[in-house]
Amino acid sequence: MTTSLERLEAPAAAGVRPAVEVAHLRKTYGTLVAVDDVSFSVAEGEIFGILGPNGAGKTTAIECAIGLRQPDAGTIRLLGLDPRADRDKVHEIVGVQLQAGALPGKLRVGEILEEYRSFYRDPGDVGELLEVLGLAGKRGDFYRSLSGGQRQRLSVALALIGRPRIAVLDEMTTGLDPKARRDTWELIEGIRGRGVTVLLVTHFMEEAERLCDRVALIDSGRVVALDTPASLAAQARGGKSVRFLPSAPFDEDLLTGLPQVARLEHQGQHVVVTGTGELVNAVILTLAAAGVTARDVQLDSSNLEDAFVKLTGRNPDKEGALA
Amino acid sequence: MSSLSLSLTRPSVLAARRTAFGQIVRNEARLVRRQPTNMIGSIGLPVVLMIIFGEVPTLNRPASELGGLTGFDTYVPVIMVLGLTMLALLGLPGPLVSYRELGILRRLSTTPVPPSWLLAAQVVVQLGVALAGLMIVNVVSVAAFGAPVPKSPAGLALSCLLAIGGLFALGLLIAALAPTANSVNAIGRLAFIPLMFFAGLWLPRALMPAALLQISNYTPLGAAVQAIQGSMQTGFPPAAPLLVLAAYTLVFAFLARRFFRWE
Repeated sequence: MTTSLERLEAPAAAGVRPAVEVAHLRKTYGTLVAVDDVSFSVAEGEIFGILGPNGAGKTTAIECAIGLRQPDAGTIRLLGLDPRADRDKVHEIVGVQLQAGALPGKLRVGEILEEYRSFYRDPGDVGELLEVLGLAGKRGDFYRSLSGGQRQRLSVALALIGRPRIAVLDEMTTGLDPKARRDTWELIEGIRGRGVTVLLVTHFMEEAERLCDRVALIDSGRVVALDTPASLAAQARGGKSVRFLPSAPFDEDLLTGLPQVARLEHQGQHVVVTGTGELVNAVILTLAAAGVTARDVQLDSSNLEDAFVKLTGRNPDKEGALA
Repeated sequence: MSSLSLSLTRPSVLAARRTAFGQIVRNEARLVRRQPTNMIGSIGLPVVLMIIFGEVPTLNRPASELGGLTGFDTYVPVIMVLGLTMLALLGLPGPLVSYRELGILRRLSTTPVPPSWLLAAQVVVQLGVALAGLMIVNVVSVAAFGAPVPKSPAGLALSCLLAIGGLFALGLLIAALAPTANSVNAIGRLAFIPLMFFAGLWLPRALMPAALLQISNYTPLGAAVQAIQGSMQTGFPPAAPLLVLAAYTLVFAFLARRFFRWE
């Protein structure tokens, strides 16, 4: 899998200057290379996903990008600002939700939000944000009485209360039930609708497919792929494939001899044929001509998850369960 | 603590910053009120001790070996520093270390407000608790148990502030070094015993042998009791204990700042 240079650039039409620019970022801890060489660029108003297995360097890259860590090499610009040199300005325009953060148990939801709201010059409305995040009824509740999902949503709310121009969200839907997860996705689409750029770290492929305009797949501290989710999924497929149950034994050379067919495999009683072009028609017509019916025909439905597995050799869901 | 300085000059921005600090202080005060364990230790316990000591007949007769004072009179400064010590060793560092553990300091470092503000707010709130405790012990000792009115109120105020300075700086040093909120408890309890011994909790300073008294004079609580007792019974306290307390404040504050981890 090669990443063409054009794909590193954000779509030019989406904005004048990139909202996030990371070039040749490198960060080591002693002998451990957490981030080897990461470059990507996010256009204003784009939702950009960072995917990768655990320990790939996603979180370190994000922490460098927002100025929490000093990179060993590389440059980072957030709307043209250096996250460490222009720290004050950056904190005003970048909202961050980090992984695994808690809050004092004996403060109420409203009290926490009012406190964080006071940090910003032009903050959003607490009531409105709680409404959107489905926490409207929880304003007077103590933090410790919130469920895991509610705490997570409050954490996202704190990242958004300053009305940031860039929102950085690290594993924002981890621990949420499917309903809460979908609600949060709608919220993210909503804030993008207001022109906010979103940088999203996730291990949920469904989330990346649903939300992200483009994703960078990071493995061992490097960007191994960077493209739209659909395009990555298509690349992972390596052509099309069709799986079927033949009604009778047939001469396999009939199919492997076809120009559209690259490979033929057996999966138990089923046959899987991989190839290009008008693969399905060619296979079914050829079989029919030989008096064989293809039953239980299934077309390949590879997705971002297949791309992930193919590019990293790991299963994102299992990684997620361990996290 | 280095980022405490305000680099912003526009009045509206300054006002906004003040509001932000005020909001943090407000929430920290709420937390202290809602988790009163430390207030019980630093205000309740001293008052209870005073009531007990006030009811013991042998402590309420002037004693020649105490220079004509009653045992109760000599215990009032000890009880005052006991409350302060409970607060400084447990009440102040406990929340700060748990904020680090919970990732709150880290979260703050991604906002326009630096995490040092939370530390400063915690000091402000605990200072309020400390002053309230000292005031209550003083007023109750005079009003309810007939202790003499302090001879030098200014000296007493200065002694108390320096004692708070030294002890709070020590509390911040514990916050800097303790890895978890549980270890704050362990360190605090361990430090409490020798500190309070030299304050004269078990053996009044007036009864300490000369060598022990010398050592006591150079410990934070020995110096604090010496300064507070002097202000209460003779007048403005001598320079020595005040300088000792000021030195502890500077040294502990320097070390706390040097070793404090924000995440």
